[in-house]
Amino acid sequence: MDVIESNIDTSSKEFKENYAHYEKLVKDLKQKIAQVQKGGGEEKIKLHKSRGKMLARERIEALLDPDTPFMELSPLAAYDMYDNRAPCAGIITGIGLIHGREVVIIANDATVTGGTYYPMTVKKHLRAQEIAMENNLPCIYLVDSGGAFLPMQDEVFPDREHFGRIFYNQAVMSAKGIPQISSVMGSCTAGGAYIPAMSDETIIVKGTGTIFLGGPPLVKAATGEEVTAEELGGADVHCRQSGVADHYARDDMEAIHIIRNIVENLNRPEKTRLDVREPEEPLYDIEEIYGIIPKDLRKPFEVREIIARIVDGSKFHEFKTLYGETLVCGFARIMGYPVGILANNGVLFSESAIKGTHFIEICCQRKIPLVFLQNITGFMVGKKYEAGGIAKDGAKMVNAVATANVPKFTVIIGGSFGAGNYGMCGRAYQPRQLWMWPNARISVMGGEQAANVLLTVKRDQLWRKGKELTKEEERKIVEPILKKYEREGSPYYSTARIWDDGVIDPADTRMVLGLGISAALNAPIPDWKPGVFRM
Amino acid sequence: MFKKVLIVNRGEIAVRIIKACQELGIKTVAIYSDVDKNTPHVLLADETIPLGDPTPIESYLNIPKIIEIAEEAGAEAIHPGYGFLAENPDFAETCSKRGITFIGPKAEVIGLMGDKIAAKKTMEKAGVPVIPGYHGNKQDVDSLVKEGEEIGFPLLVKAAAGGGGKGMRIVDNIDSLAEAIESAKRESKSSFGDDTVFLEKYLDKPRHIEFQILADHHGNTIHLFERECSIQRRHQKIIEETPSPVMNPKLREKMGEAAIRAAEAVGYTNAGTIEFMVDGKLNFYFMEMNTRLQVEHPITEMTTGVDLVKWQLKIASGQKLTLKQKDLIQRGHAIECRIYAEDPSNGFLPSVGTLKKVEEPSGPNIRVDSGISPNLKITPYYDPLLSKLVVLAENREEAIQKMIWALSHYIVLGVTTNISFLKKVLAHEEFKRGNITTHFIDTYFKEYLQMKHGLPLDAIIALAVYDAMHLRKQEVVRYKEADPHSPWRYVGRWRVGGEIDVH
Repeated sequence: MDVIESNIDTSSKEFKENYAHYEKLVKDLKQKIAQVQKGGGEEKIKLHKSRGKMLARERIEALLDPDTPFMELSPLAAYDMYDNRAPCAGIITGIGLIHGREVVIIANDATVTGGTYYPMTVKKHLRAQEIAMENNLPCIYLVDSGGAFLPMQDEVFPDREHFGRIFYNQAVMSAKGIPQISSVMGSCTAGGAYIPAMSDETIIVKGTGTIFLGGPPLVKAATGEEVTAEELGGADVHCRQSGVADHYARDDMEAIHIIRNIVENLNRPEKTRLDVREPEEPLYDIEEIYGIIPKDLRKPFEVREIIARIVDGSKFHEFKTLYGETLVCGFARIMGYPVGILANNGVLFSESAIKGTHFIEICCQRKIPLVFLQNITGFMVGKKYEAGGIAKDGAKMVNAVATANVPKFTVIIGGSFGAGNYGMCGRAYQPRQLWMWPNARISVMGGEQAANVLLTVKRDQLWRKGKELTKEEERKIVEPILKKYEREGSPYYSTARIWDDGVIDPADTRMVLGLGISAALNAPIPDWKPGVFRM
Repeated sequence: MFKKVLIVNRGEIAVRIIKACQELGIKTVAIYSDVDKNTPHVLLADETIPLGDPTPIESYLNIPKIIEIAEEAGAEAIHPGYGFLAENPDFAETCSKRGITFIGPKAEVIGLMGDKIAAKKTMEKAGVPVIPGYHGNKQDVDSLVKEGEEIGFPLLVKAAAGGGGKGMRIVDNIDSLAEAIESAKRESKSSFGDDTVFLEKYLDKPRHIEFQILADHHGNTIHLFERECSIQRRHQKIIEETPSPVMNPKLREKMGEAAIRAAEAVGYTNAGTIEFMVDGKLNFYFMEMNTRLQVEHPITEMTTGVDLVKWQLKIASGQKLTLKQKDLIQRGHAIECRIYAEDPSNGFLPSVGTLKKVEEPSGPNIRVDSGISPNLKITPYYDPLLSKLVVLAENREEAIQKMIWALSHYIVLGVTTNISFLKKVLAHEEFKRGNITTHFIDTYFKEYLQMKHGLPLDAIIALAVYDAMHLRKQEVVRYKEADPHSPWRYVGRWRVGGEIDVH
């Protein structure tokens, strides 16, 4: 393969300025993550530990194979929501390695409001299950939760994608042969009791783990019976009498040991085989991306410079270089895995969309994972382009992206606006993972465009009434819209709402993609059946 | 200018000198021993005269025979190259008595500089710094121990007549000094027939930096800057470069002046080299003077644009040195690698055989001073130097890159060479950083200095069979494994947002 030759002058003033600016963005990201990782705060942590319990993160660390990665999902979920009372949305999810096999881990953080489920907690839990389902990964639930967060019951209980879906997913996955394993390491009340009950194998920790549909207060109110939690649903009851749990652990550490033993004996099928090669570092320093991304988001940048810093040996076999140039397509390897890359290099035209469609067809035919590097303002508009059928060409690409069943990965490296988001495998198109860079922006259109559209509509309404807008009135319409788009377009607004799987340091892009592809190989890649392309 | 010059040498340096003579319109006479028939220097020369028996003493060191040949061929001058008779005062003396110009300094100067103790004394007198030491006549062990104590440790015991590491000992403390002196004396006696030793302060982080000198017969002496020659194996240089990575303009001026002073102190003429040792604190000390053309002269030529061999001929013929010190500048960075027929993985033992294929790199600013060609026999009679690869680039980093490229494109089949070893040295991080001392190879490539013990053939075959089976086994394992390079298993610990303490 040919090597991408970089034209970046790392000693230029512009590069250095961009770099310094981006370093600040990354530092800010890391600080935010560090902040939320403290969970419910010192006092809660002390109380938690005084009960002989390990913290959720300590449990995960102990569970994983030593010296292996943990791909945490949505660490900034619920960031700046619920008055910041739910750091990490009170649940830690991610993909990690146990006995050499990738598993999904879902761990409640009882230091955050007793591990109860806020709307974003439910969403995060369901997203982790979705990842397990799509990638055929065993699920390990480290349960320590008081169930639904009652004050917000209307947003966590009744709907399709609410609390009940957790157990539905468990049943469906179990039916598909995806192991469901729970370890009860704290309370597991009411609906929460179904997590261990619905699992294939369950562990319970003596003294701290309890499972019951109704807790001691409810029992007393309903029947007048006075019981302790341990008597009602502790390890002894469930391991010796009820059979709700299968394994008895004397403490968290023993429970973790038992989980590892269970995973060791799962007899997982062989992973999907790709034509892998020995991984190679890129020729250029990946952190140079900091200096390539312009400080001013509206300024374009050459996406090949980004590709050169992500792919093995900076080698890239480009497809249709001279056609539809605003979409760069080509083959490369990431950590040894073959990938097809689609990357925006400007606004999408009909040609770019057709080229993208063609390229996706090839990758699906050859069963090569797809990587989308999104930096898109949308499809080209205007009379000429509408008449040229840009809508149907865009539709072809959206069709191909939607039906493509090779593992898809999306990284939003710049803007993600409008229908471009669909064509470039936005959240709705089921990429196995979707990551954002800290400079990224996401909204239906750019704030200025939105303000202008609304302003034009308003002007036309008034014009029909024979009125005009004053400068002051214009400002009053534009400003709040700009503010709203500024706030809601932020990657942190997005990641708090789990519109993505996390905001990552660009320097980690190779890593998360490599880990993601490797995990995806746990599921087979089926043959491709496209829909009807409008020609 | 001379009309005909006899070249008393062989290999690459003979080729180099013949070419310089030819440029100046001088006829050349080459001599060759039986094993050197049809070698490049013989094919290139205008006249060739056989020497017969290849043993050095019967051929390239045979003074009477060589003088006879010179007279018969009508050569006005003799260029001795380096090695062989280049620093033999008797030979220079004989030449001048017989009315043949010896291209080099006067015989007395060669004699003086050949006596290392006398040379140091002369330099000390001329105000050139020398390494603290004892170079006296009291050669009994007790006196030497007393002197050694005074100089301090670590201390170097060196044979006065020595070279190539023979009769040399490093002593760390007083307890082992007497024994070291005795064994150095024994070795020196058996190798050189002289058991005089001297004592020297042993330097920390020593570098070998030398200055090129040109001096004419009209009282003009200039220096052509330094050469850094610290990379040595078994006390022989293998990689040289200029400028030195530690040099600065002030030090260069000081050392250059000292070099000129040293040359002038002995009334030096023609091309010569003052070798200095430079320690970690950039103190420099006169070590010795080489009264001849150096192997590594091309790097000076590359960076200054001066043809040293032509100047040797011009000076010897009485011409005035028209180069002025102030007009000389160094441009770029040059590196030389000595390509030897030797086996680095076996203690650098010379390797002999017939060259099957020779392909030399070429390109802008790449120079190969070569004395080899395909089908040439490499014999055990002479120095195993095959050629010198020299590159010039804008700066050190690029020169290293260029040299690595050039070495990668240097193909010599038929004998084992040090080409890939040289590449390893150049690619070494400490070399790239310029952190080099004369101990570089001993420190970072220690394993190469040990000699392999020959294994029985059966054992080698058994090992090869085992390797082959083992490789196949690995291949099968890899075939079974669907995700052999999984980053989950190979990247080690990694966390989103870096390492954050949760406790």
